[in-house]
Amino acid sequence: MPKQYRQHFFAKLFCTLVGLLISFLPFSCLAMEFSGTAAVEGRLFLHSPQFAGQRSQDGSLAVSAELYHEFTNGSSLIMTPFARLDSADQERTHADLRELNYLHVGDKWEVRLGLGKVFWGACEFVHLVDIINQTDLVESLDGEDKIGQPLGHLSLVRDWGVVDAFYLPYFRERTFAGVHGRLRSSLVVDTDHPLYESGREERHQDVALRYSRSLGSLDVGLSTFQGTSREPFLLPALNKNGDPVLLPFYEQINQTAVDLQGVFGSWLVKAEALYRTGYGRDFFAATGGFEYTLVGIYDSAMDLGLIGEYVFDDREHDRATLFNNDLMAGLRLAFNDAASSQILLGLVQDLEYSSRLLTVEAGRRLHENVRLNLEVALFMDGATGSVDNALGDDDFIKLELLAYF
Amino acid sequence: MRNLLLIFSLLPLVLTTTLRAETAEERGLAIAREADARENGFGDFSSDMEMILRNRHGQESRRAIRIRTLEVAGDGDKSLTIFDSPGDVKGTALLTFSHKVGDDDQWLFLPALKRVKRIASRNKSGSFMGSEFAYEDIASQEVEKYTYKYLGDALHNGHECTMVESSPVDAANSGYTRMVSWRDKDEYRLWKVEYFDRKASHLKTLILDEYQQYLQRFWRPHRMEMVNHQNGKSTELRWRNYQYRTGLSAGDFSENSLKRVK
Repeated sequence: MPKQYRQHFFAKLFCTLVGLLISFLPFSCLAMEFSGTAAVEGRLFLHSPQFAGQRSQDGSLAVSAELYHEFTNGSSLIMTPFARLDSADQERTHADLRELNYLHVGDKWEVRLGLGKVFWGACEFVHLVDIINQTDLVESLDGEDKIGQPLGHLSLVRDWGVVDAFYLPYFRERTFAGVHGRLRSSLVVDTDHPLYESGREERHQDVALRYSRSLGSLDVGLSTFQGTSREPFLLPALNKNGDPVLLPFYEQINQTAVDLQGVFGSWLVKAEALYRTGYGRDFFAATGGFEYTLVGIYDSAMDLGLIGEYVFDDREHDRATLFNNDLMAGLRLAFNDAASSQILLGLVQDLEYSSRLLTVEAGRRLHENVRLNLEVALFMDGATGSVDNALGDDDFIKLELLAYF
Repeated sequence: MRNLLLIFSLLPLVLTTTLRAETAEERGLAIAREADARENGFGDFSSDMEMILRNRHGQESRRAIRIRTLEVAGDGDKSLTIFDSPGDVKGTALLTFSHKVGDDDQWLFLPALKRVKRIASRNKSGSFMGSEFAYEDIASQEVEKYTYKYLGDALHNGHECTMVESSPVDAANSGYTRMVSWRDKDEYRLWKVEYFDRKASHLKTLILDEYQQYLQRFWRPHRMEMVNHQNGKSTELRWRNYQYRTGLSAGDFSENSLKRVK
């Protein structure tokens, strides 16, 4: 590890630990429920790196904890700190408070204040509509790891549906792999110098509203968001050393969206669609599909789930979307054994560029509180010019051992 | 004199019931209805459950689960199932609106993603958490979901029992062709169930015991054991901490409450 990175690494680690310690203090006076996970992870990349500085393997340690206290009046306090230490990528060594919030539940309303996490959407492969939280991209490419969002969230529960109103006073930036990290573009994203359309930068006040309702076997959600886009444009620039980098540029957007999930007999049908206006060209994106489970295949206890989804996104290609016109298929095999063994095979086929992503996610419990997970990702036939191509040599195998406490 | 009058006035009623022979199907349905009626009016209850899975070599694996149930007038119960262990499923919760007729509505909460996912519940033959219990074994047992036939009487552990055969109405989505249930004649408590698979061979036997009465009315088994005769595995359920009328309401069984379940 070069000296300047080592210093950077330790400075970051120090800040992380001090931050965590300070945030734990007020909790030590309360009777808390405590639980968490510790994970050891190894990633082996199958090809030599495409870009200077990248490594062929990395190992990392991650810890997350949950502290929860319930008051007698129906209120509660939750804190979920997270930290990862990565051997290769100093950008992947990071910490975050996923949650630190106070919740009060009234008769037909709820209010949550603090750092929180909210999921919107229905589909399995691409999460288009989900916008409240920023994606912690260094954690995983699937966009399912999220950064804690400062929020005030009021939820009104009525007979005619649920209205969720959000006030989001502070913006959190997306994480990107650093110089030594794999799964990145040829130019490194300089996360220390983000650009904003709004003069208020990360202090722009965002708002969001969602109406959701369950109509028998169909759940419907309508949402709107006004504020800083969670997805940045990546602009080529030179850093202060004169090296070419990408600067993230966060525009102001308006997003209107719908999400649906319904049960039709043995079929689960899901759809998400959005229309977004902002600094760039207005665009439309939609994804949808089905899930069907074959129960007890071949007279065994095993269930086989079939997943089929399609995504269309009419954004121009200067944006970092991997999914513009893609077909996705998944096979989920649940063994229903004592170890809860499971295998999920996924295929993402780009219909425009003929590039293909094949994934395997498998896991089983080794002990009551220990689980082993395997993940394989193979990026195939990335055509020149497609965003997927930068990842062409980043096929990897990841093993993760998780202990729950 | 008054007693004599009463006897005479009831005589025609008694005669018609005894003269017209009740069919085995009618008697089976009557027993199922009576057993169901005796469960009515509980309001709500919560309890803790430990599930012990054993394979044929006697190796054990355990799960801890909490269950909250709300009675719904005129329809199936609403229930919330919260998983506390093993560690990798801690915080996962399942919300079920069971219906007397038609498929149940089910939502699964995945805590890592804070995501509520709709579940297709039509096929209930799948294993519940890798155990020998299928979803249909633990689901709310609505009278309307089966057809019945009284088979005869038998003695079970000193209890005079009726044996009733039940067959699922939605046979295509059940793992069974039929079940045979032993209920005592005094309190209509269920003591034993034999399950027959789609090939009509004996698949599993459920034994229930350690009954306790709550609110001077509702009998609950504190131990259930399901033995699978075909794979040699078994699953034991131990119930603890039954609490009735805890003040749960429909608001505690909503997508919102599912998202904040602890």
